[in-house]
Amino acid sequence: MSLSGGPLDTGDLIGLAGRGGPRRSQRRVPPGEALRSTLIALISTVVVFGLIVVVVTNAPNWPEVQRSFFDGAIFERSLPKVIAAFGTNVALFLTAEAFILVFGLVLAIMRGLPGPAFFPVRLLATVYVDIFRAVPGLLVIYLLGFGITGLGIPGVPTDFFIYGVLALALVYSAYVSEVYRAGIDSVHWSQEAAARSLGLSRLQALRYVIVPQAIRRVIPPLLNDFIGLQKDTVLVSSLGVVEIFRQAQILKSATFNFTPLIAVALVFIVVTIPLARLTDWLVARDRNRQAASGAQ
Amino acid sequence: MSALAQPDRPPGATRPAVRIEDLHKSFGDLEVLRGIDLEVAEHEVVCLIGSSGSGKSTLLRCINLLEPIDAGRIVIEGDEITARGVDVNRIRRRIGIVFQAFNLFPHMSVLGNVTLAPRKVLGLGRAEADARATELLERFGLADKRLAYPDRLSGGQQQRVAIVRALAMQPDLLLLDEVTSALDPELVAEVLNVIRELAVGGMTMIIATHEMGFARDIADRVCFLDAGRILEEGPPREMFTAPREERTRQFLQRVIDAGRL
Repeated sequence: MSLSGGPLDTGDLIGLAGRGGPRRSQRRVPPGEALRSTLIALISTVVVFGLIVVVVTNAPNWPEVQRSFFDGAIFERSLPKVIAAFGTNVALFLTAEAFILVFGLVLAIMRGLPGPAFFPVRLLATVYVDIFRAVPGLLVIYLLGFGITGLGIPGVPTDFFIYGVLALALVYSAYVSEVYRAGIDSVHWSQEAAARSLGLSRLQALRYVIVPQAIRRVIPPLLNDFIGLQKDTVLVSSLGVVEIFRQAQILKSATFNFTPLIAVALVFIVVTIPLARLTDWLVARDRNRQAASGAQ
Repeated sequence: MSALAQPDRPPGATRPAVRIEDLHKSFGDLEVLRGIDLEVAEHEVVCLIGSSGSGKSTLLRCINLLEPIDAGRIVIEGDEITARGVDVNRIRRRIGIVFQAFNLFPHMSVLGNVTLAPRKVLGLGRAEADARATELLERFGLADKRLAYPDRLSGGQQQRVAIVRALAMQPDLLLLDEVTSALDPELVAEVLNVIRELAVGGMTMIIATHEMGFARDIADRVCFLDAGRILEEGPPREMFTAPREERTRQFLQRVIDAGRL
């Protein structure tokens, strides 16, 4: 990992080099300048972080905060439990995501159907997306979880996990449908013309020609939404499902200490950063590829 | 059966392959086609010439129903395709179109491009579709590119693949929309040679082109489009040497001045 911010032939693993500068591979920097940049970056980093540490640790109540948020012993005890509970978040995430990928695409296609005959379908999809993007996810989880189970209809499942998945899926499908729609719109109309001219129906043109190209283009923004989804799985804790955040709260109440929440934060950081880097890498690869093939 | 050979019918057969009557088409306030009448016989090659914006491309797109028409009739092999309630997908199978910008599917190999419609529209099995496509690709010197993706091909190769893709549906009629306009000059010949071969094989074609020399060589008939009408038509020899209309003369003079004839 390089902290220099300048010449980064070493592989800029965490993207600190900044964007928009000259392409790294094209730029050769004389060794003297490289050393100078590295030194400047190092010094400024030490100064900034040093200052933060000094200010925080000299705050009047720092000893209490340190005790209640950064207790090493409690951290060690709570980390395995918190990680075990994270399995529930992973299950929530994966189940919801499978549904979202399909339903989001269905919504996007519904909104793109042409002609007056499909107006009700378009209207329905548009209203759906508007509503579920507007209402906070936490509310949807509450309303579905406590609303549907509260009806007491026999045979309706009472497992809150299911309603957590359902609520997340409904909310994120609305976002993801917009991503898909942008992707579909970005495929030039001449592709559809070519497909239709060969006798393919509109749906066949979508399925074999347009959607495959659209999905390739929207993988980075899709991953971005899934990072959001991954984090929002903690909202399901409001239904009492014992996932990572709920588990941490239980530990917090047992120890009268906030350190388990720090453990939760660390787990999310460790899981999310690789996904975020993968997204950055895909975006960069896409940009390079477009530059290489010229704007079409 | 090959898509091209129709040896039992001599050129100049009687029933028109295409008959267009009083075709009108507007985009908003702009009337692009103002009453086109045109008949094309089977195995006939008709070239549409005229300046940009004269309506050549729009006419081709209307014949393929890619643009809905405002008024008039288009009859293909005796079937009115502009009638209400016709199955446009069924019509389009019989009419191939090749575009100026190739419009190959970038996420599919050459073979994928050529076999998509035969498989999904005609319902051929993969093996049969592949075999037919390979045969066509071989004939046009593209067999070694069958697994390549479009972005690895030259413009001329891409356009030849686009022609093969249209031929794979064994169309009755082929529409060519300025197919060499996007090509580097040295790649134009390979595409024109393919079209010549199709003409010799008896394919009925309507060709919008800026290549006047090519039109003179290949066309049975040349139509000069001006402001959405066919102002003048005739055999290429007459059209290029003794045009009757002043507008045609002016257009051809501009082409000659530009060194394109």
